[in-house]
Amino acid sequence: MCNCGHHHDTLIPQIGVITDICTETADVKTFRVEKVGGGKLFEHLPGQCAILSVPGKGEAIFSITSSPTNEEYMEFSIKRCGSITDFLHYEVEVGQQIAVRGPYGNNFPVADKLVGKDILFIAGGIGLAPMRSVINYMLDKRADYGSIDIVYGARSVEDFVRYNELSEVWPAQPDTRVHLTIDRPQENWQGNVGFVPAFLKDLQFTPDKTVLLCGPPIMIKLCLAALVEMGFEKSQVYTTLELKMKCGVGKCGRCNIGGKYVCKDGPVFTCDQLDEMPDEY
Amino acid sequence: MQKIAELMRAKAVELLQSSKAERVLAWRAGEFFYDNAPAAFNDVDACQEIVYNEFCPANLAKYLIEATKQQKKTVVFLKPCDTYGVNQLLKDHRIKREYFYAVGTPCSGMLDVKKIKELGAKAITQITCEDNKVIVETPYGTKEFAKEEVLLDKCMMCKGNEYKIADEELGEKLEPIQFVGDRFAAVKAIEAMSAEERFAFWQEELSKCIRCNACRDICPACSCEQCIFDNQEAPVGGKAAADDVEEQLFHLIRAYHVAGRCVGCGECARVCPQGVKLGLLNLKFIKDINQFYGAYQAGEDATTPSPLVSYKENDPEAEEAVQRRG
Amino acid sequence: MLKITLDNLPKLLAALSELGELQVPCENKSGKVDFEKWNAEKRPRFDITLTSKSAKDLFFPQVEDLLAFKTKGKNLSIEQIMPSDKKVILMGVRACDIKSFELLDKVFLKDPVDTYYKARRENTLIIGMACSEPEETCFCGSFGIDATAPGGDVTTWITKDALYWQANTEAGKTLTEKVADLMEEAEASKVEEQAAVTKAVLEKMPLANFKVAGKIPQDELKTFNSKIWEEISAGCLSCCTCTYVCPTCHCYDIRDYAVSDNHTERYRCWDSCLASDFTKMAHGNPRKTKVERFRQRYMHKLVYFPNNNEGDFACVGCGRCLQKCPVNLNIVKVAKALEVSEDV
Repeated sequence: MCNCGHHHDTLIPQIGVITDICTETADVKTFRVEKVGGGKLFEHLPGQCAILSVPGKGEAIFSITSSPTNEEYMEFSIKRCGSITDFLHYEVEVGQQIAVRGPYGNNFPVADKLVGKDILFIAGGIGLAPMRSVINYMLDKRADYGSIDIVYGARSVEDFVRYNELSEVWPAQPDTRVHLTIDRPQENWQGNVGFVPAFLKDLQFTPDKTVLLCGPPIMIKLCLAALVEMGFEKSQVYTTLELKMKCGVGKCGRCNIGGKYVCKDGPVFTCDQLDEMPDEY
Repeated sequence: MQKIAELMRAKAVELLQSSKAERVLAWRAGEFFYDNAPAAFNDVDACQEIVYNEFCPANLAKYLIEATKQQKKTVVFLKPCDTYGVNQLLKDHRIKREYFYAVGTPCSGMLDVKKIKELGAKAITQITCEDNKVIVETPYGTKEFAKEEVLLDKCMMCKGNEYKIADEELGEKLEPIQFVGDRFAAVKAIEAMSAEERFAFWQEELSKCIRCNACRDICPACSCEQCIFDNQEAPVGGKAAADDVEEQLFHLIRAYHVAGRCVGCGECARVCPQGVKLGLLNLKFIKDINQFYGAYQAGEDATTPSPLVSYKENDPEAEEAVQRRG
Repeated sequence: MLKITLDNLPKLLAALSELGELQVPCENKSGKVDFEKWNAEKRPRFDITLTSKSAKDLFFPQVEDLLAFKTKGKNLSIEQIMPSDKKVILMGVRACDIKSFELLDKVFLKDPVDTYYKARRENTLIIGMACSEPEETCFCGSFGIDATAPGGDVTTWITKDALYWQANTEAGKTLTEKVADLMEEAEASKVEEQAAVTKAVLEKMPLANFKVAGKIPQDELKTFNSKIWEEISAGCLSCCTCTYVCPTCHCYDIRDYAVSDNHTERYRCWDSCLASDFTKMAHGNPRKTKVERFRQRYMHKLVYFPNNNEGDFACVGCGRCLQKCPVNLNIVKVAKALEVSEDV
């Protein structure tokens, strides 16, 4: 933040510096952001978002991928899909300063409703980004939660974000299992092939788990249907909505659905809450 | 006009019942006498709500784009001047002939409630039109105006009572507004200004713009699938101007883009909430096109190519054109 | 209550303009009457009931600079463009527009406070003006607003020969002390007479009995799924006229403007939920058609906003959308359609 001594508006970002860029897949990179001189720009809770600026190109909102327990930096796993993300992917190098504001939105209830529960994470594609924040948070506070199952689907092996974490780090944690699936068969792939909703049924989870679900809208809809069929209540399923956002504080009107502003009242909702909202997401 | 409304309702019902069309585009009454709105009528019962009077200025041509997209055969009531816009949309391949049934609807000039109010009628409770008199009731008394005083600007440039496209005509043609004077008088006045005066004039005029895009959205020549000004990725995308230049660019780009296709319907100026004299830019292009390539009326038919997209050996060279313009 | 004769009104305006930037309805070159900075050459148009644009521009301007980015290599600096600290006296505001400030406050002053809006709001003193010649498009009464008692820091009334002045708030009283010399004591009877006449006129207006409260189901999904939307939105052009002239619409966009290669200015500007790209994302648009966008605007005004704000509708009945919509669609038509629709 500039040192002018004024109280800044929430729309005014702080300056961060990119200290690491990790190429995850052909279209996903993870950017590590720190305060100039080191440390985090601000504290956040799992599931919350931040707005990154590329001067001249504008702003876009991204979920914070790193866990709040990480005390050194924040990470953003970003899929290339528009002018701002193109710039981040193609133009930005380590050492580049960017503007960041946040944190915005609500969070997964890691400190209350999820404590002591058996957790089932379901993610598809870049949907792992907000999940990673929660998964690493829970693994850092492992004793607070019951069993952890992570179901993750991607188009191909090359599309898994942070594969070493998925295949080595997470499965090595106590009472933690990772179930991977890819859309189409691939050479040297021993794991499951098929879409996530069908895979979920094959895995035969019992409906006593609390579910955190994130991925493309169609995957969310089909997974939810599969879960309901398996006996889960919609109130047991948490998901995140993704909408066009600008201000991040529930004023500019862009992410207004029903009485809710997704940037402020979301992005985390239970699926029974979604049933009460107009289907405009 | 009341008789025409009855004919319209009967015709709409007849066409729906004979399955010649699935829906009807016409006007629906509002809260007051003067605020009829373009509306779609989907069944015979709804057609009883069709109205027609001296306050139906909107050209329904643009709604035919949606009818074409939905592939819904639509009855459309067109005043003589509205037919030019329909032809232009056909020529631009934005609507398809098989999706609409055009009913020529007589018109003897539409009135401008803004003018009535500017002439001092406040809190209008009723408006009656008798021949060339417009009688306005208000709680403060009755006011009477001559029709010419309160005609819409666009009707002062009436193109006549011929329908340029129609599957059938409703009733007898009405006497058109007799256009007097020089259509290009205002353009000539601007041409006569010095460059500085002209710049100041347009700066003043265009700075009133609030970028609501109503001019674009009503325009039968503005029919792009996605307007560049709605494209967030385009450098000119955006709802408001970052600076004055941007507003000027919006209107200039629009005027250039519709040049040769603008039918001169005057709807852009009518709908502008800020009263920007928008039609003048387009009239300037029409005047120049007439001067360079011979008289041309866009929308006269659905086939003749615009002089700007066709080549003739005797077309003036750019330099010659500039000289001729002086 | 104080009064000043209309002959002497310019003296009062001159005195007020010494105390802050005086904004009053003035006729501009295009013949439209809008709030403008007053000077001795400008003739105020207090006879006009409604300004062409609403008064929200004074607090939430159409375009407002937020910050400047400067880049140098990989380094970035941010200079915030600070909120305005200009003292403004906004005079001649009607009851509907004054109510709209209260509604905008519910958006912009809610946590986190919008400091740009707040600064303008706090630096502006509002002099309300009672209506004496309502228009047929007026329906502020539908929202419980009294056109003859507009409120504000000071309330004024204009009769044939004088302007009457009544301070309401502490700020209004402080202001009054500074200009009281120019005015004389007056009885309220003239003002009361005028209010009675105005109310009688309002009762004769076509929208006198139009009510919204209690007429539209406030159940979000029920009204959202009403059958009216497709038909009523058919005539909408998807332009932003209604949004931009509306005193309560507050959607905005944040955009960057490249001044040069290493200098970018970020500004915010009005936006509209009716615009095709309002909710458009790289991978899709949840409101693809005009019907959905049209519904959003009215659902927000008539259902979502009141549900979140103690029943206050996001409409003050100023009637600008009735006057300005190119195709004569407006909130009255929508509210009435929702009301009569059997299975809303």
